[in-house]
Amino acid sequence: MNPLSLIVRTVCNVFAWFMVIFGAYIIVHGHLSPGGGFQGGAVVATFIAFLLVAHGGKRLLGWVKEGLFSAVESTGLLIFLGAGLFGISTTFFYNFLAKKGGLFGSVVPLGSNTGVLNSSGTIALMNLAVGLEVVAGLSLIIVYMFKGIRLELDREEESHDR
Amino acid sequence: MADVVHTAVLVLIVVSAFFAAWFRDLLAAVISLAIMSLMISLEFYILQAPDVAIAEAGIGAGLSTAIYMIALRACKRTRR
Repeated sequence: MNPLSLIVRTVCNVFAWFMVIFGAYIIVHGHLSPGGGFQGGAVVATFIAFLLVAHGGKRLLGWVKEGLFSAVESTGLLIFLGAGLFGISTTFFYNFLAKKGGLFGSVVPLGSNTGVLNSSGTIALMNLAVGLEVVAGLSLIIVYMFKGIRLELDREEESHDR
Repeated sequence: MADVVHTAVLVLIVVSAFFAAWFRDLLAAVISLAIMSLMISLEFYILQAPDVAIAEAGIGAGLSTAIYMIALRACKRTRR
């Protein structure tokens, strides 16, 4: 994909970050509001599509590293599995962090309230893990898709030369 | 009023789906598919499923459109 005009690139540079922040908001507030790891991750992964469309494929392939994305994906899956396995002394996926204080351990007051962000125990942790995994996975899909068609385009050019 | 909006969204889904199949230009068909996805997301929101609406807007209107564009880049523009 060729780079688009300066206007498009500037708008992408300024506004693509807001989409990343919005996706991170959806992931972090996954246990309080609609959305969660998968939805927020899909919103964040749109960032790569933005960069690909605005800045062109050559510059994007210079910026991203597939190994890093694979590592982030595996890390997310391992955190999810670890959060499940740490509660194995009671049951698998036991919520060992809830109501203990500290990380994600606040006690939610009774009655109608707007929700406590630092609550819900391992659920928030799993939302973060799924968010990481989905961001890396969907970004990898787009990058590999582009690399695949680039091979196809190169072959086509060769055949034209013949 | 809510019924009018709901009916309009449903009609737009059908119209954009028809145009996605009708256009000869594949890029226009992809854009029409993205509009259909956005309208489905709005429909999910009207039916009080904001969770599914966010997923549909992110995957359907955002990522799948980008993937279709990348695939279109590798093939001829017009369907024969």
